[in-house]
Amino acid sequence: MDEILEILEKDARSTPEEIAKMLKKNPKEIKDKIKKYEKEGVILKYKAVINKALACDEESRLRALIEVNIVPQKDVGFDKIAERIYSFPEVSSCYLISGTYDLLLVVEGKNIHTVSSFVAEKLSCLENVRGTTTHFLLKKYKEDGVILKHKEENKRIAISY
Amino acid sequence: MLISKKVQEMQPSGIRAFFDLVLGMKDVISLGVGEPDFVTPWAIREAGISSLEQGLTSYTSNKGLYKLRLSVSRYLKNRFGVEYCPDEEILITVGVSEAMDLCLRTIINTNDKILIPSPCYVSYGPLTALAGGLPVYIDTQKDGFKLTPKNLEKHIDNKVKGIIFNYPCNPTGVSYSRKELSEINKILSKHKIICLSDEIYGDLTYDFEHVAFPSLTGAKERTVYFNGFSKSYAMTGWRVGYVCGPKDIIAGMTKIHQYTIMCVSITSQMAACEALHSGKKSVDEMKREYRRRREFIIDGLNDIGLTCHKPQGAFYAFPSIKKTGLNSLDFAQKLLQEEKVAVVPGTAFGDDFKDYIRISYASSMDNLKEALVRINNFISKRKR
Repeated sequence: MDEILEILEKDARSTPEEIAKMLKKNPKEIKDKIKKYEKEGVILKYKAVINKALACDEESRLRALIEVNIVPQKDVGFDKIAERIYSFPEVSSCYLISGTYDLLLVVEGKNIHTVSSFVAEKLSCLENVRGTTTHFLLKKYKEDGVILKHKEENKRIAISY
Repeated sequence: MLISKKVQEMQPSGIRAFFDLVLGMKDVISLGVGEPDFVTPWAIREAGISSLEQGLTSYTSNKGLYKLRLSVSRYLKNRFGVEYCPDEEILITVGVSEAMDLCLRTIINTNDKILIPSPCYVSYGPLTALAGGLPVYIDTQKDGFKLTPKNLEKHIDNKVKGIIFNYPCNPTGVSYSRKELSEINKILSKHKIICLSDEIYGDLTYDFEHVAFPSLTGAKERTVYFNGFSKSYAMTGWRVGYVCGPKDIIAGMTKIHQYTIMCVSITSQMAACEALHSGKKSVDEMKREYRRRREFIIDGLNDIGLTCHKPQGAFYAFPSIKKTGLNSLDFAQKLLQEEKVAVVPGTAFGDDFKDYIRISYASSMDNLKEALVRINNFISKRKR
């Protein structure tokens, strides 16, 4: 992976000027490359990783992992039905996977009722959905490479040889 | 008198009081740290934990676990093409620090001279003196902190037994190409001088491939090679390193080691095995991160007027503060008090370096950015 992407993936706030310094390149060159990545969809979005458990969010959300069995369609396989499913705003992630079921969804809702009504009233009613299994998420330990624990203080001795 | 003459004569570090000042202060951005800011990679920590679960809590062979010596031997062969026999030519030690002490005590007869290019790591001189030798410092300031053949030759006489050669260097980050090393090797070989090659930062070399001293033609039989896990695998607290060399020197060192240390902690040795087995990817990642920080901090320091040679390795910059008119200890103290940034005064690494400070970039990019702003404030205030 391009080192520019590695730097931005670690800290999206890094400016083109800073990245240029780190990589000993011209800032213009870095700016152009980032623009290109944005245009091509290599870089999709910049966002902060928030530990919602600590954000005291009154609308804190419930997450569920839902396994979905589907009947593939002629010519388009799973893609068409996957699109119908992932287009629901409740679905935050959607993966096609190998094994005993076909799609794995990550669904978010206000509470258990909103998630179950999504499953019962929207998902299960779709023509090609053969069955679903819903797992409610109890605790998040790590997400996208980030450990969701308050950072402990740096314990290195402040000065040493 | 309770205290021996030898110990009384050991110079207490002139900057101990400054260190205490740093340790007593809160919310300091420290660029004074001589260890990685990464935690040991998980696979290595896990190997330590599982060795404890298995009940591996005993002594090991004095020389260290055979499987670790074997891994070290294979690593050096693959990486540098140097072959060391795990039975007779490798010793596992409590970091390079212990190994250096053992080696100096093993080779020095009273009043033998040991050459030490300086600025240098703080322990070399005192350990040489403790072993009964005479440290002879070679000031490298005029040559961009590089030991040149000419400068080396100037300091050689028939009392010189060895040289402590550290590259990439703490505190300057200076390293050497194969060609430069070969020239130094030729001179050492001509005068039959033992090279104590401290290559603890070898894996953190950025602009070219690190060349191990014993891999130079004809160097191996006069070289003692020091390395360890602290810096490249972020394992400073595990205290584990190794030393390779001619078998009579290693045998001599092992004699002292068996009476003083017995052996390195088995937990650390098990973790070190894992480091050599699976740690390369983590080392490469950390190295990339250090390299980016290096470019960032060197540019930044030069921009604010602290001129600085570009270090080729380790994680230190050694800028000149001469323009500020302050000596290194004053600079460090005032910078700490006024801007809460800690650096190490150059005089820690030799009396002649009062115009320099050591800056460690083993600190997060956010810290480096903020520190540069503060150092700039500090300097601008003085210009007015």
